[in-house]
Amino acid sequence: MQVFSRHSRVVFLFSAVALAFIISLFESNFNAYYYQIIIYIGINVILASSLNLVNGFTGQFSLGHAGFMAVGAYTASVITSQLGATPGLMGSFIFLLALLSGGLVASFFGLLVGIPSLRLKGDYLAIVTLGFGEIIRVIIQNLDFLGGARGFTGIAKLSNFFWVFAVVAILLYLLSNLIRSTYGKGFLAVRDDEVAAEAMGINATRYKVTAFVAAAFFAGIAGGLYAHFVTYINPSQFSFVKSIEIVVMVIIGGMGHTVGVFISAVLLTVLPEALRPIAEYRMVIYSLALVVIMIARPQGLFGDGEFFRKLWRTITGKAKVSESKT
Amino acid sequence: MSEFIQQVINGVSLGSIYALIALGYTMVYGILRFINFAHSDIFMIGAYVAFFAAPTILDLTGGNLFIAGPLSMLLAMALCSALGVTIEKLAYKPLRGRPTIVVLITAIGVSFFLEYGGQLVFGPDPKPFPDLIPKANVIDAGGVVVSSTPLVVIGTAIGLMLLLRWVVMNTKTGTAMRALSFNLQAARLMGININKVVSFTFILGSSLAAAAAVLYASVYPSINPLMGVFPGLKAFIAAVVGGIGNLVGAALGGLIIGVTETFVTGYISATYRDAIAFGILIIILLFRPAGLLGKFESERV
Repeated sequence: MQVFSRHSRVVFLFSAVALAFIISLFESNFNAYYYQIIIYIGINVILASSLNLVNGFTGQFSLGHAGFMAVGAYTASVITSQLGATPGLMGSFIFLLALLSGGLVASFFGLLVGIPSLRLKGDYLAIVTLGFGEIIRVIIQNLDFLGGARGFTGIAKLSNFFWVFAVVAILLYLLSNLIRSTYGKGFLAVRDDEVAAEAMGINATRYKVTAFVAAAFFAGIAGGLYAHFVTYINPSQFSFVKSIEIVVMVIIGGMGHTVGVFISAVLLTVLPEALRPIAEYRMVIYSLALVVIMIARPQGLFGDGEFFRKLWRTITGKAKVSESKT
Repeated sequence: MSEFIQQVINGVSLGSIYALIALGYTMVYGILRFINFAHSDIFMIGAYVAFFAAPTILDLTGGNLFIAGPLSMLLAMALCSALGVTIEKLAYKPLRGRPTIVVLITAIGVSFFLEYGGQLVFGPDPKPFPDLIPKANVIDAGGVVVSSTPLVVIGTAIGLMLLLRWVVMNTKTGTAMRALSFNLQAARLMGININKVVSFTFILGSSLAAAAAVLYASVYPSINPLMGVFPGLKAFIAAVVGGIGNLVGAALGGLIIGVTETFVTGYISATYRDAIAFGILIIILLFRPAGLLGKFESERV
C-alpha cells in the first residue's frame, strides 16, 4: 500500500516538525490539563511505535520497554541537572544532548537484552525482557545518587509540545521508510518465518538485535521527554505494568501496523482520562477488552484497515461493497 | 551458625512454596506451551478464599487448628480449581492452536482482570491473614529457634508434591497428561480426550497454587489483590530454571530461588530480593537455555 511517495514523506516530516514548533509557541494559552494529555499522547505514541518495531515487525515479544524508558529518563535527567540546564537556547541544546545520550545508553541496554534474544524465543524472551526491566528498576531503586526509591527530583521542565512531536514525526518518518526499504523487509521476513529467512541469507539474529537496539533508543528518548515534562521521576513509574500498558497499545492497534498503533496509543491515552468518573472499573474493562479482542480479533482493532472501511461505509451510508475478490 | 540454620529453614520453606506454584506453571506449559499468567492470581484468590472462610471454619471446629487449617486449605483448593477450569474454558480454549503470542496476551488480560477485579471486590488495602498453623517453637536448642510454621509449610509442600507425583506417574489421567506433553497431536490420535486432560491439568495446578497461597499467607500474614504478582513471577522463573515441563525441575528451581532469595535478603540487602530471581534466570538461560533438567529441542522445519 503506497499511500505517500518518498518525496511527500519528506515534506510531511518537515511540515510536521515546523507545525509542532509553531504550535509550541502558543502552548502557554492551552488548558494545562488538556496540554498534559496531549504530551502524554505524544510520549505514548513514541513508546508504542518503537515497541512495534520489536513486537510487530520483527515478531519478538518484549515485555521490558519501561526499563529502557527508565534508563533514558534517568540518564537525561542526570545530564541536564549536572549541567544546570534551564529553559532557553542553551538549555535546549543541553536537552537535545541529554535526550540523545539517554537514547544511546538505553540502546546499549537494548544490546544487552538483544544478546539473550539470540537464543530465546517467544515466552522465554518475554520473561527475560520482563526480568531485565525489573532488574533495571531494582538497581535504580538501590542507587543513592539517583534518589533511590524516593525518586529523582528537581528536573528542569524542558520538554514541550515541539520536542515531543518532533520526535514523534521523526520516528514515524523513519518507521515508514524502514518498512519500505529492503533492510526493513528483513524484519518482516524474520517475523514470518525465521528458518526460511535464514535460508534466504538473512542474519535473523542481527535483525532481532537491531530491532531491540533501535526500539530501546526511542524508548530512552521517550523517557527523557517524560522526565523533563513531569520534573519528578521514581522507579515505580517504570514498573512492568507500564511495559504491559505499552504492549497493549501495540496489540490493540495491530502488531506491525504503524497507523493502527498510532491510533491505539492516542485512544488508550485519552480513554482512561475520559473514563475517570468510573476509574475503579477502568482496569477491569481494559483487561476484559484485551481478552475479548484476542479471541475475536487477534490482528488488533485497527490492524488491517477494515475498521476504517466499515466506519467509512457507515458515514457515507453506502451499501456493503461486494466482499468477493478476484 | 544458628542464624545460618534458621536462614536455610526459611529458605527451604519459601522455596517449597515457590515450587508448589511452579508446578502449576510447568504443567500448563508442558501441555499447552504458554505461560498461564493468571496462575499467580489464582494463587491470590486462594488466599482470599481461606481468609473469608477461616472465621466460619474456626467457629465450627471450635478453634481447632489441626482441623480448621487443612479444611480451609481444601476449600481454597476446591474453589480455585473451579476458577482455573472456568478460565481455561472461557479464555484459553477458544484460542487453542492460535499463535503463542495471542494466548500469552490473553493470559495477561485474564491476570489483570483478576487483579483489578480483586481490588474492586476485596478492596485494595492489605488484610491480616488469620493464624491457621499452630504456633509453637518446635526446636529451641543452642540458640537455634525453629518455629512450627516453616516446618508445617515444608511438610505440607512435600506431601502435596509426592501426591502430585503419584497422580502424574500412576493414574490413567496422569499418563494421558504425560502423553499430551510429549506430543499433543499424537495423543489426540490415540483417542485421548484433550479437553478433559487439559481441564484436569488446570485443576491440579490451581489447587496446588491455592495450597501454596494458604501456606504463603501463613508465613507472611498480610494479603492484598496484588500479592500474587511477585511470587507468581518467581515461581515461573523457578519452572524455567529447572527446565520447563519438568516436574522435578520445577521443585528444584523453586528451592534454588527460595533459598537464594532468603540468603540475599538476610545477608546482603532486602531491596535486591525481587531482582535476584531474574538474575538467576538470565544466567541459567544463557548457559542452559532449556533449564537445569530440560532437554534442548532443536527446531524441525
